Amino acid sequence: MSRRPYARPITSEWIFRHPRYIRYMVREFSCLFIGGWTLLMVWGFKALSEGPAAWAAFLELLQTPASIVFHLLTLAFAAYHSVTWFNLTPKALPVQLGEEFLPDRVISGAHFAAWAAVSAGLLYFAGAF
Amino acid sequence: MRQVELEVLRYNPETDREPHFQRYAVDCQEEWVVLDALNHVKETLDPTLSYRWSCHMAVCGSCGMMVNGEPKLACKAFLRDYPGVIRVEPLRHFPVERDLVTVIDDFVAKLARVKPYLIPKDKAPEAAEFRQTPAQLKRYKQFTLCINCMLCYAACPEYGLIPKYLGPAAIALAHRWNRDSRDGGRDARQEELAATEGAWECSFVGACSEVCPEHVDPAGAIQQVKIESTVDWYQAHLMPWTKK
Ligand code: SF4
Repeated sequence: MSRRPYARPITSEWIFRHPRYIRYMVREFSCLFIGGWTLLMVWGFKALSEGPAAWAAFLELLQTPASIVFHLLTLAFAAYHSVTWFNLTPKALPVQLGEEFLPDRVISGAHFAAWAAVSAGLLYFAGAF
Repeated sequence: MRQVELEVLRYNPETDREPHFQRYAVDCQEEWVVLDALNHVKETLDPTLSYRWSCHMAVCGSCGMMVNGEPKLACKAFLRDYPGVIRVEPLRHFPVERDLVTVIDDFVAKLARVKPYLIPKDKAPEAAEFRQTPAQLKRYKQFTLCINCMLCYAACPEYGLIPKYLGPAAIALAHRWNRDSRDGGRDARQEELAATEGAWECSFVGACSEVCPEHVDPAGAIQQVKIESTVDWYQAHLMPWTKK
């Protein structure tokens, strides 16, 4: 009896083997949009430092249809990333009080509440209400 | 009675250059699991078919295989959940020894490296056992349930792409001992756990926890190891006086 173990090749087929892998890839993919948006903000700061004309041109750019589509996509990806991430927090941060662990929804709920509070605070400072 | 078409990956290292699929039509009882169907094939149709199994009750962890592309215990995969042809393959990411039998040396070696046993913190009390409260037991109990079935390794794309990765079950088992109040071996395990190829190779796909038949939640264990290792780093670099 001779041994000759066969290593099956690894291809990117795994991504489509189960919806969980697609969900994961979408979460990873969201960083492209969030990273792109961050670069856009840096560009905005640069425009601001260059004076009113540059700033006005930047604001005009933000109002183009392409920019609006990009912002909507970024918002959707950022929301998807945040929601899926906060739903995972009970795994990373289990809290044991006495014998029992806090239920998962308390831990993820606390994260969602903090997210809502920070967002409301930001909107308040931005003068939204 | 239902006739089930099984499509089984076959590989004979003595004669085959590479694996191929073989179909078997098997008369099965409604309540059978995939393992029953394989046993029926072996007993009545083809005695050369090779696979591992032992307990037939999700305790031994030997019969892990891919059923329609998902890692499953063959003894827990009910035929009634699979309409149509059922494709049975050896566990992904492990070399195929023969048919559905894989080479598991890599996992066994990794398990040994994380020292998955009690490294006592204190000397054993004289003529008595270590005491533990129910709360202290509960702290790690979930991670003791692992049956070393390796379904989590077959589900983990990181392990498939980076075979050096320590992987879900080994990290979960190391974490089980780290969380044990009697244990003092965390520093000894940290070298493996906190390495790049330890917990940090994980990008939190979460598939391991989804496929785990014992609800061990290895993904949770890995994230907890990451947090603890990060705290270690900050302690060592920003507050060196807190570490002895
Ligand atoms: S963690 Fe779960 S899936 Fe992984 S080897 Fe242990 S029992 Fe099997």
